[in-house]
Amino acid sequence: MTTHSHAARGFDRPLLLAAASDAFRKMAPRRQFRNPVMFVVYVCSVLTTLLWIQALAGHGEAPTGFIFAVTLWLWFTLLFANFAEAIAEGRGKAQAAALRSTRKDVVAKKLAAPERDAFITYVPSSELRTGQHVLVDAGDIIPGDGEVIEGAASVDESAITGESAPVIRESGGDRSAVTGGTRVLSDWLVVRITRNPGESFLDRMIAMVEGAARRKTPNEIALTIMLAKFTLIFLLACATLLPYSIYSVQATGSGQPITLTVLTALLVCLIPTTIGALLSAIGIAGMDRMIRANVIATSGRAVEAAGDVDVLLLDKTGTITLGNRQADAFHPAPGVDERALAEAAQLASLADETPEGRSIVVLAKERFGLREHDLEQLHAQFLPFSAQTRMSGVDLGDKRIRKGAVDAIERYLDACGGHLPAALKHTAEDIARRGATPLMVVDGHTPLGVIELKDVIKGGIKERFAEMRAMGIKTIMITGDNPLTAAAIAAEAGVDDFLAEATPETKLKLIRDIQAENRLVAMCGDGTNDAPALAQADVAVAMNSGTQAAKEAGNMVDLDSNPTKLIEVVEIGKQMLITRGALTTFSIANDIAKYFAIIPAAFAGTYPALNALNVMHLATARSAILSAVIFNALIIVVLIPLALKGVAYRALGAGALLRRNLLVYGLGGVVVPFLGIKLIDMLLVLLGLA
Amino acid sequence: MTASDYLQVGLFLAVLLLLVRPLGAYMALVFADEPNRVTRMGSWVERGIYRLCGADPAQDMSWKRYALSMLVFNVLGLLAVYVLQRVQQWLPLNPQHFGAVPPDSAMNTAISFATNTNWQGYGGESTMSYLTQMLGLAVQNFLSAATGIAVLVAVVRGFVRRSSNGLGNFWVDLVRATLYVLVPLSLMVALLLVSQGVVQNFQAYVDVPVAQTTSYAETVKDAAGNVEKDATGKDLARDVPVTTQTLPMGPAASQIAIKHLGTNGGGFFNANSAHPYENPTPLSNFIEMLAIFLIPGGLCVTFGRMVGDRRQGWAILATMLVIFAPLAIGVIAAEQAGNPALRDLAVDAHASALQAGGNMEGKETRFGIASSGLFAAVTTAASCGAVNAMHDSLTPLGGLVPMWLMQLGEVIFGGVGSGLYGMLAFAVVAVFIAGLMVGRTPEYLGKKIEAYEMKMASLAVLLPCVLVVVGTAIAVMAPAGVAGIANPGAHGFSEVLYALSSASNNNGSAFGGLSANTPFWNVLLGVCMFLARFPLAIAMLAMAGSLAAKRHVPASAGTLPTHTPLFVTLLACVVIVVGALTFLPALALGPIAEYLMSLQ
Repeated sequence: MTTHSHAARGFDRPLLLAAASDAFRKMAPRRQFRNPVMFVVYVCSVLTTLLWIQALAGHGEAPTGFIFAVTLWLWFTLLFANFAEAIAEGRGKAQAAALRSTRKDVVAKKLAAPERDAFITYVPSSELRTGQHVLVDAGDIIPGDGEVIEGAASVDESAITGESAPVIRESGGDRSAVTGGTRVLSDWLVVRITRNPGESFLDRMIAMVEGAARRKTPNEIALTIMLAKFTLIFLLACATLLPYSIYSVQATGSGQPITLTVLTALLVCLIPTTIGALLSAIGIAGMDRMIRANVIATSGRAVEAAGDVDVLLLDKTGTITLGNRQADAFHPAPGVDERALAEAAQLASLADETPEGRSIVVLAKERFGLREHDLEQLHAQFLPFSAQTRMSGVDLGDKRIRKGAVDAIERYLDACGGHLPAALKHTAEDIARRGATPLMVVDGHTPLGVIELKDVIKGGIKERFAEMRAMGIKTIMITGDNPLTAAAIAAEAGVDDFLAEATPETKLKLIRDIQAENRLVAMCGDGTNDAPALAQADVAVAMNSGTQAAKEAGNMVDLDSNPTKLIEVVEIGKQMLITRGALTTFSIANDIAKYFAIIPAAFAGTYPALNALNVMHLATARSAILSAVIFNALIIVVLIPLALKGVAYRALGAGALLRRNLLVYGLGGVVVPFLGIKLIDMLLVLLGLA
Repeated sequence: MTASDYLQVGLFLAVLLLLVRPLGAYMALVFADEPNRVTRMGSWVERGIYRLCGADPAQDMSWKRYALSMLVFNVLGLLAVYVLQRVQQWLPLNPQHFGAVPPDSAMNTAISFATNTNWQGYGGESTMSYLTQMLGLAVQNFLSAATGIAVLVAVVRGFVRRSSNGLGNFWVDLVRATLYVLVPLSLMVALLLVSQGVVQNFQAYVDVPVAQTTSYAETVKDAAGNVEKDATGKDLARDVPVTTQTLPMGPAASQIAIKHLGTNGGGFFNANSAHPYENPTPLSNFIEMLAIFLIPGGLCVTFGRMVGDRRQGWAILATMLVIFAPLAIGVIAAEQAGNPALRDLAVDAHASALQAGGNMEGKETRFGIASSGLFAAVTTAASCGAVNAMHDSLTPLGGLVPMWLMQLGEVIFGGVGSGLYGMLAFAVVAVFIAGLMVGRTPEYLGKKIEAYEMKMASLAVLLPCVLVVVGTAIAVMAPAGVAGIANPGAHGFSEVLYALSSASNNNGSAFGGLSANTPFWNVLLGVCMFLARFPLAIAMLAMAGSLAAKRHVPASAGTLPTHTPLFVTLLACVVIVVGALTFLPALALGPIAEYLMSLQ
């Protein structure tokens, strides 16, 4: 899988600086209000600031320095949260800036009629509207998204895909879509504009990577509700501590009621700030990981749905097998020498430039050392493959060598009075049953034998499918092959099921059937005839090389046009959910240690016996509270890389995955703060701040 | 702890597990949608009741209609009990000629019995006529329990049904819960209790001569009512001999059976299950404890059968046991360890053939440490609230456990029906967290858990917590609240915290020590009881309504199994963590501070 770089990514200096300044800009209350957890922190910070001002004026409820320190770290907590979000956004912004530079206004050659020789007017691309036609010559930038209706040209799409090799765009077929901002390198195109300015693919891409189009996903909303619930519980548990404390002081006559500063510190430590601070960064980073994989999702919802997918529909060609079949063996007819068959096959394939043809020549050379003949010398006359005869061949002296599909050759033999021996026919059927393709070779009306063309399964794909199965995802191979061939390839590749002799209708029906069982389906496709299925599938990845219709129907576009990417998309989706879950668990597990730091510190004045709960032996009440607050703030910064990168993902069953993550993030979440808070407390003592 | 302590806990759990299976299977038949051999048996009675009430048993109610029926029915019942108490002086079956119950106390009691809480600010034998006890309180014992079961059954249907609007029919569920489950079981338990000596009659109270004359000191007052002083200025006192005692009577057994089976807990007598006429023998004590857990435990099995995967029910039951068993043993251990202050005085607190050892203050000698400690854990784990020992006299840690068991939201067995639907709310939260951690939109029992379900489950988990902490804050700040507190310092705070935990989780047990029969406390606790019961039930019905409308998602290898030990552990952790994180600061100022101080 290639990953292409559009712009600066990772943690480089300008990005960090920009994020730092953004962190301050995000401090506006309106923006904070969107996140209930961080909004509580915001209110708390304002409150302690007021308390600090009160202390400066000489009416402090606690030493001014202490209030100041708590206040400072509460603001830091907020800044760190903003910083995390800003970094996540920053990467997208850098990329958006690069994309935007390609979206400059160009002069378009608007055609009066949809033909090359029509009258041309020069207009700015921003004035082009849907349905108008433009001419794009070599060297021109394509002024808008559209469909090629005439001509063929090589186009440099590196501005969008990052791939420097030019691609062919031509009218008709599945390669007729062009994207505004790309450059025609050779020849010319007549393009019908299909998008108004501002709605183009480039515009959508910029909006996506910038996060402008980012809405909270359903799962994110549900999680926010749960976090709000925890926040409310802690808010009440802390707020009611004040009356409890006042009562206890009255009842025992010793100590002081808990101060607002300590109460606020306790509250901020308890509410799930870690996940609250990193939640939006995780979402943005998830989209960003998609972008790095060169997949543009039209919504975060689609990314999230990818994690939920139950069934993957994969096209055989290009995804499971390498695009082409390769000659694997020669099966001579009874009484025919294998070498003679190889020779005839080689001769018939010399002029055949298809990968299949090349592979026959290669096999003949490998098996019998047959060198390539000089075509000119032979005075051979080649018959190229035609759709009518479905054969190709060569006439060489008295030889009439033909090769083609079994039924085509059978028809050919019938016509010239020959006949196919039953044994040979049987061999051909055997080959087909194995999932390979038989290619019959005849000389005149004498059958010579069969060439076995095999689909070559991609390396490592079987292991990927095994992983998918472990994750509970069913894989279905889609192929136009007959059921026999399909079954054999399916078995070899290790997919769970297959759809043979697939047509757009059967594909669509399959998706509907699966969805009727309430399972989510992911698929990828490129052709116009894939569009209905793409529109029906829950996660639909359209190839960037595909038609405009396919790109419209899908909810993701793969810029690399690599169908295997679907598997990666699913993993990214899952990883995003897991990261959220892991940090939520970690965040809540942290609270146990914080209680042990703050409760003795807050109430030991009233009940000195509560000092027994100070299991970390923190130096003083104030250092204990400050250590907890500092830990709470710093853990956000420490976890930013994890939030952006996503937690390590393994293809395991649900039970094993849960056990693992509970141990790492649940148990880890209990233990880590005990160490962290103790360490910070020791540092504070060392610095004389305790 | 002694071997006999462990044996009692083990025996109790073993017998319980033996009984829940057949009972659960039976209840699954009772609440099945299709007619079967059980429901055909009583169909003629059912039909008569529906005709009498004008209810249409065939109507499939939406969650809103179900909730409304439930609410209206209970509010009407509440008002009826209120009125009955206010006019009992004019009604029959009042041999002691008790007057009208004061309005605040009557309202508190009416709410208390309608919400299955059975918090009792009053003393039964000195306040309520037999008619009020039977027609008001005992009837509510049945109906509030039946309501809990009905709501649970509707919530479970939410998981079972697919693309459906209905959750069943409230009237049918209510009648069936009463007719097929509560009444037959109560009959059996009442007879068992009578066999042990629990009273069941309509006689007036009986005065009998005491076997051994005792006396008490009474200050001498002059005609003006002032205390007379002796020469040294001390109060003048004289001994008053006691030769007779009044033995309360009444239809106790019938009410006590349902008090336990329906996890109601409202005692016929003020001393509740510590009273010898309410709980005379160790065997009756065992039966009463068993009766508390019987239906909540059985409903777990019913749940598994209704959702078509019995393992799901056992997993929930296992979660309850995993939390309950260590805590029950904890109470007994703390009580058996006794009071550290007494230990230092060279008092022998060891268990031996002649003494129970440990902390016997506030406990009945016929029960001893283990039966009292286990009862305390059972009655607070389930939202029963009957007591056979004074919880105020438990050691600090021994008292912490019952308090915390209530604060967990009454989901460890909990109230009949309500405990399990509360636990299902926790299960939804647990499934949500677990779902995230395995990278899938969470599903529970084949239903996707989305924002709406999360909102309702959160509400159900949140509500009792809010009521406890806010209610306690109000009580300790209000002079009228503080006035009821008997003990100083941390123990006094525990009394308040316990009362609010009890009311806000519909338990009903009292720590004691708190004088709660005042207008302030009656109103505060009444509001808490009402809000903890009905809004929570409605939230769960709303969740069920949303779930029922969803389609069923078939399980795959990527689906998190919810019947495994792993999930049981996770669910137990979620319950404990929410309980611990919410209440740790408050507990630190109450029992924890008290315990740590007792060590010094």
